Amino acid sequence: MRFEYAPAPESRDVVDIKPSYGLFINGDFVDGSGTAFKTINPASEEMLAEVAAADEADVDRAVTAARKAFESWAALPGRERAKYLFRIARIIQERARELAVLESLDNGKPIRESRDVDLPLVAAHFFYYAGWADKLGHAGFGADPRPLGVAGQVIPWNFPLLMLAWKIAPALACGNTVVLKPAETTPLTALAFAEICVQAGLPPGVVNILTGAGATGAALVNHPGVDKVAFTGSTEVGRLIARSVAGTGKKVTLELGGKAANIVFDDAALDQAVEGIVNGIFFNQGHVCCAGSRLLVQESIAEELLDALKRRLGTLRLGDPLDKNTDIGAINSAEQLARIRSLTESGELEGAERWTASCPLPDKGFWFPPTLFTGVAQSHRIAREEIFGPVLSVLTFRTPAEAVEKANNTPYGLSAGVWTEKGSRILWMADKLRAGVVWANTFNRFDPASPFGGYKESGHGREGGRHGLEAYLDV
Amino acid sequence: MSETGRLAVRKTYKLFVGGAFPRSESGRSYVVSSSKGDFLANAARASRKDARDAVVAARKAFPGWSGATPYNRGQILYRVAEMMEGRRAQFVAEVVDADGVSARKAGELVDAAVDRLVWYAGWSDKIGAIQGAANPVAGPYFNLSTAEPTGVVAVVAPPFGPLLGLVSVVAPVIVTGNTCVVVASERAPLPSITLAEVLATSDLPGGVVNILTGHTGELAPWLAGHMDVNGIDLTGCDPDLARTCEQEAAENLKRVLRPAKTDWLADPGLDRMTTFLETKTVWHPVGI
Repeated sequence: MRFEYAPAPESRDVVDIKPSYGLFINGDFVDGSGTAFKTINPASEEMLAEVAAADEADVDRAVTAARKAFESWAALPGRERAKYLFRIARIIQERARELAVLESLDNGKPIRESRDVDLPLVAAHFFYYAGWADKLGHAGFGADPRPLGVAGQVIPWNFPLLMLAWKIAPALACGNTVVLKPAETTPLTALAFAEICVQAGLPPGVVNILTGAGATGAALVNHPGVDKVAFTGSTEVGRLIARSVAGTGKKVTLELGGKAANIVFDDAALDQAVEGIVNGIFFNQGHVCCAGSRLLVQESIAEELLDALKRRLGTLRLGDPLDKNTDIGAINSAEQLARIRSLTESGELEGAERWTASCPLPDKGFWFPPTLFTGVAQSHRIAREEIFGPVLSVLTFRTPAEAVEKANNTPYGLSAGVWTEKGSRILWMADKLRAGVVWANTFNRFDPASPFGGYKESGHGREGGRHGLEAYLDV
Repeated sequence: MSETGRLAVRKTYKLFVGGAFPRSESGRSYVVSSSKGDFLANAARASRKDARDAVVAARKAFPGWSGATPYNRGQILYRVAEMMEGRRAQFVAEVVDADGVSARKAGELVDAAVDRLVWYAGWSDKIGAIQGAANPVAGPYFNLSTAEPTGVVAVVAPPFGPLLGLVSVVAPVIVTGNTCVVVASERAPLPSITLAEVLATSDLPGGVVNILTGHTGELAPWLAGHMDVNGIDLTGCDPDLARTCEQEAAENLKRVLRPAKTDWLADPGLDRMTTFLETKTVWHPVGI
């Protein structure tokens, strides 16, 4: 049975996008010295705004501003820093609808997700770390742990404002000042956040936002005035950063790629598992580093599960990200769409069997329908490389030991999922899986109180929880 | 010849890999002299192949050692301390030879090394309580973070403090369940091999600690770039070598402990353990 849905678009009127944006340095919006670039709506390819690009001189100005602000920000009593962060959290809640729409416009993600997942988590993250600012002496890092100084932070385009929150909230709570570079394709919510800093009365220079591409990020990471580098993005760039900070004494945390196994045993609650698989790989168009991109299903139920999964995928609605009924939004950029296409083509060439949900794709914008591959071998590129799109590779196993062996057969180690009704098996699996987050009978859950981060080539350091403080303290 | 006219039976100093004492596959050795310049021994000069063999041994030992109960690991580390105490006179003599300190000072250093092992032994079943957490998430979920060992860790031991320094860098790596490949002090490697004899008789499974003697500058970069090594402690590297090794380590994003000025007699803190621990967070829904 197919249900027809009338369009239910969220209003764009709540956002006021300016024709052009500058850099946010020392509390002011200033012109950038690099060549300005355009940010577009990936669902329509319409231009949203022109954004300044920061060059090395701009980076230097921002780092200098952050350095100057550091002295007094670090000297501020923790309870005062806390209050600034609480203010920011409140303003985010007040402007949540506007920010959600802006995020969906710039990123392409469904409004249902930006409204119900991204924004609530953004506010929660600031609330959580606000509360730590005057309790650092109780966090287990000594009586009076000190901040590091200036944090240079580079974030990706998949959760633009949420990744900003993950970076800025703990950094400020611990007494650091920051220079943050949002992703080239999704700068708008970070620039809105700069306005929020102004509204909150945050002292100038405590937060600086530099827009630009990879060169801006490299200049920031390599600036000698930066004491701490925090990066979320690809393992490839993470490697370059780890190499470039060698011997400098800069503290580094890296949240990188993943190729998570989502493991379904024959006794799992099937309908719940199907929902979990869908949430695991089709949430945010699969633009999720911890996405459950490898489905490992026990052989005896593979057929039944795949039938149910395909049936469910047939009901997903792809289209206008601002439509409240939309499940699958737009791919963030033409470049990412090309990468997804190239990897799915390799899946076919290497002999895996492709199945794609039949759904009409809009004429304009960047789209990729929910797709799964069966008959995938562990050596296939689609089983080893991060696709970062709505593409699921399905493998089978017979025994728990085989499931563990296959799940761990990857250089990544960010997350994993386990579906079974047997408690002791969950704990055994959780123990054996080499991954920083294990979701049992659930998937893609996030909370500011819960540490997140990877094993192996998925990076080092944790974000969230008490553990997340360590990245921003001189300990 | 000694005063009694009896010729001493000298020891051949070899490597310690997978619980055995092989010579270097390269057949190479190098002269180790005392701080006064007297000949002490020809130590094995490990090669790249020896380093790779040691990583294989450490990887093989990892599932068993990381899967042992913390109580068991603590008991074994305490056993190592017991065995060291029994060889106190031998270690004192070696430290005197290596560092040219007085016998009394050497005694203090050996005692501190034994005490350090006892200290770390006690951490085996406590570090998890300090590093883990039950996280109060905003939803109906059980959410627990636990500390797990990183895997195979390469350890570049400090050039000075050939026993206390060595014990202080190895114990924190293995007490949490990691296995390791140690590059011993190049100038004073002999106490490390005597320590290996202690380890070999302390119920420590073969391969948990592997010790290579040789040229630090030759061995450390191979280990830093090895794709099956998960972490590296650069304590014994000079700044140039540390930079090179950290660059190599980026290839598979190893956890890196950078060299820092260290007072080996001071309270070590938790850093040496926590650098080579991963935090795993498990979620499960709560419901009926």
